[in-house]
Amino acid sequence: MDLNSLISILLGGMAAGMVLFIVSVGLSVTMGLMGFVNLAHGAFAMLGGYAIVLSMRHWGLPFPAALAFGFVAVATVSVVFERLLYAPLYRARELDQVLLTIGLNFALIAAVTLGVGPETQTVQLPGWLSGQTDLGLLQYRTYSLVLIVAGTVLMLALLFGFERTRIGARIRAAVDNRRMAQSMGVDVGRLFTLTFALGSGLAAVGGGLGAEILGLDPQYPFRYLVYFLIVVAVGGLGRISGVFFAAILIGVLDFVLKIYFPKGGTLFIYALTLILLLARPQGLFGKKGS
Amino acid sequence: MNAPMELARRHRLQWWEALPWIAALACFFAFPNYLAFGTQVLVTILFALSLDLVLGYAGIVTLGHAAFFGAGAYTVGMMAMHWGWNEPLSGLLAAALVAGAIGLASGLVLLRTQGLALLMLTLCTMALLEQAANMGAEWTGGFDGMPGLSFGKIFGLFGFDVLYYKSQYLYALATLLICFLAVRTLVYSSFGQSLTGIRENLLRMHAVGAPVRARQVIAYTISAALAGVAGALFAQANGYVNLAVLGLERSAGVLIVLILGGYGRLYGAFVGAIAYMLLEHLLAKAYPTAWQLGLGVTLIVVALFARNGVIGMFDALRRRFGGTRT
Amino acid sequence: MSAAMLETRDLCKNFGALEVSREVNFRLERGARHALIGPNGAGKTTFINLLTGALLPSRGNILLEGEDVTSLAQARRVKRGIARTFQINQLFRGLTVLENVCIAVAERMGVGGSMLRAAGRHADVIAEAMRLIEMVKLQEDAGRRVVELPYGRQRLVEIAIALGLNPRVLLLDEPAAGIPSAESHILLDAIATLPKEIAVLIIEHDMDLVFRFAERITVLVSGAIFAEGTPAEIADNAEVRSVYLGTALDG
Repeated sequence: MDLNSLISILLGGMAAGMVLFIVSVGLSVTMGLMGFVNLAHGAFAMLGGYAIVLSMRHWGLPFPAALAFGFVAVATVSVVFERLLYAPLYRARELDQVLLTIGLNFALIAAVTLGVGPETQTVQLPGWLSGQTDLGLLQYRTYSLVLIVAGTVLMLALLFGFERTRIGARIRAAVDNRRMAQSMGVDVGRLFTLTFALGSGLAAVGGGLGAEILGLDPQYPFRYLVYFLIVVAVGGLGRISGVFFAAILIGVLDFVLKIYFPKGGTLFIYALTLILLLARPQGLFGKKGS
Repeated sequence: MNAPMELARRHRLQWWEALPWIAALACFFAFPNYLAFGTQVLVTILFALSLDLVLGYAGIVTLGHAAFFGAGAYTVGMMAMHWGWNEPLSGLLAAALVAGAIGLASGLVLLRTQGLALLMLTLCTMALLEQAANMGAEWTGGFDGMPGLSFGKIFGLFGFDVLYYKSQYLYALATLLICFLAVRTLVYSSFGQSLTGIRENLLRMHAVGAPVRARQVIAYTISAALAGVAGALFAQANGYVNLAVLGLERSAGVLIVLILGGYGRLYGAFVGAIAYMLLEHLLAKAYPTAWQLGLGVTLIVVALFARNGVIGMFDALRRRFGGTRT
Repeated sequence: MSAAMLETRDLCKNFGALEVSREVNFRLERGARHALIGPNGAGKTTFINLLTGALLPSRGNILLEGEDVTSLAQARRVKRGIARTFQINQLFRGLTVLENVCIAVAERMGVGGSMLRAAGRHADVIAEAMRLIEMVKLQEDAGRRVVELPYGRQRLVEIAIALGLNPRVLLLDEPAAGIPSAESHILLDAIATLPKEIAVLIIEHDMDLVFRFAERITVLVSGAIFAEGTPAEIADNAEVRSVYLGTALDG
């Protein structure tokens, strides 16, 4: 294999990984905060994807504005869901949370099918994103490069917010030890609502940005559920950089395996996840829980 | 009545427990044109019953139970396809052994974890088997599965006919009855009580000196074997196996069936499977999207307000308005 | 000196930099009625968790009748005769009182894994469970589910379950916690009638109960033994009074 194709495989995998990161990072933080098993996170990504595609098509919003719109719309909707549906089950059994979020998936899938239709949606990328960029060694799709840059910038921004701001410190404290944080006066419920909105908003952006790579149709939430969960499980609960590296790892691995073992490459991803979780239940990058 | 007698009475077979079986037999004569559907219901009841053992009694939340259903289905499928071994009863036994062995092996390692990690691990185990079945096309038929399987006669007398499900229905009913009696015996035994103890209070179970993990692994293995039998029945009755027998959809489906019926109460599997499949049969074909929406909303409502399923709602009502507890 | 029923030697436990047990040398004699008192956060429950094996010590040893059990798993220690109750009820809330006690008795009799006979037909298990239920005077409630009982009676189920393990050492973690004072006499009666041969260690804040029950008292402060003696010695100990007992005794 020559250097050029190696680089192009790496870049392709990283672009896919960035989408996984943007969608999954919120899930990692919210599950870490409340221990809430949220299987409906992918549905928020799907809603975002639709909001972005439709606002571009019907209102003629430019791509960046549509992304912003998707973020705000889904973050708002998610707060409603969080207050009405999630909040009563904070202390409930895992099983009830699983049930609720599977139900939410079904309902949102059906709602989108009824409202928009079952067919796959495509994103009309603006001209400045759809060409090729000269990297010196090779030409590569501008959009993939933009994804990689955007994902990395987002990771750094989140990391900065997490490590350097008061709210970030509270979130970290609550992820590490919820009870301790509560007894020191941190309102974990409000923190959860906030991170839930932020996480869902990011998932929405990820759904729009990733429609190119992952596609966008009503079956999206179930199709990628296992992937998002694997990224979180490998990256560790509430670990932003962990989720980032896990997403890149899985994105690249999946990209490579799909090229060389098109018939069942994902087998290895599941097997690796299985072995990893058995050896380190807290994830590859997660801290050991108490 | 004093408590020990009450306890002994509750564990004894009651007269009304014969009713579902009589009703099932009556359906055989009353609805000869719906026996294919009836057979699917019986298979689903058995599958849900196997899940009840781990979820309802041992309190293990799993999203990967279809792994064992699929293992059973593929076992009889591959035996018939590649070795020409199509005797049905030994097929069920082989399916139970294979699925049970997978349950034992995965249970031994998986059940060391709990919570989210366990949920992920069960999911990954199933996804792994699904991908393996997809990849090993030479053996499993890959994406297309194994259509047109044919199986031998039961006791050399009653043949399967994929157009008329007469034999299949009775065969599935008899298998379900035997498995049900086994599960019933198990959950009312001291072993079953200790599983309930693990579900109700893990900390206390450790403190009374119970070998908690060994009990969970045993329950997981038995449950896997039963799910394997259900999968084998599915393959034999329908004459095909495909990838859908071990997907997330089937795992989630059986979970929903059990939850709607009520878990940890034996008959929840029956109520859930019949109610769910009847509704699905009537609605899903005609109005697939509305069915999905209704299902989603129902699940949300159940999770928020009716956590013990249909039977649980009746129980709660009866407790409120007096009367004894079953 | 003969071997104590239960003994700890230089028992230490750290959570990170936090020392919750410091070189505890403690003896619980056969048939003892021993109380462990101390301010909140003194490490009393941690000490019980170390004795039962729910926690492993950072250093030091635990001996049961002179035999080292420091590294035995919790289930094995239960089999050797160490039973406990919890500060906050840990019961099978959806099951009846009888079923709760039966689960413990079945484990002790070694039939907890029996799969073929219905639990309701293990006559020996049930008879033994009923005997214990009568001992704590809950026979009227034997068929009721635990959730339906008032909290004070649930505390008695805790004790019956622990007794169902046929313990030689019984560790009672604040048995009177959460019981309204009107009901506390039931619990006092139950504790007073515990079989003499069982060595009982009780953690309790209710000084009334402690002085009525205990023949020996150990005061734990910041994870270390601060004082030990007969109830009279402890009551007269000026230092103990100043750090801990003062208000409780004068009131």
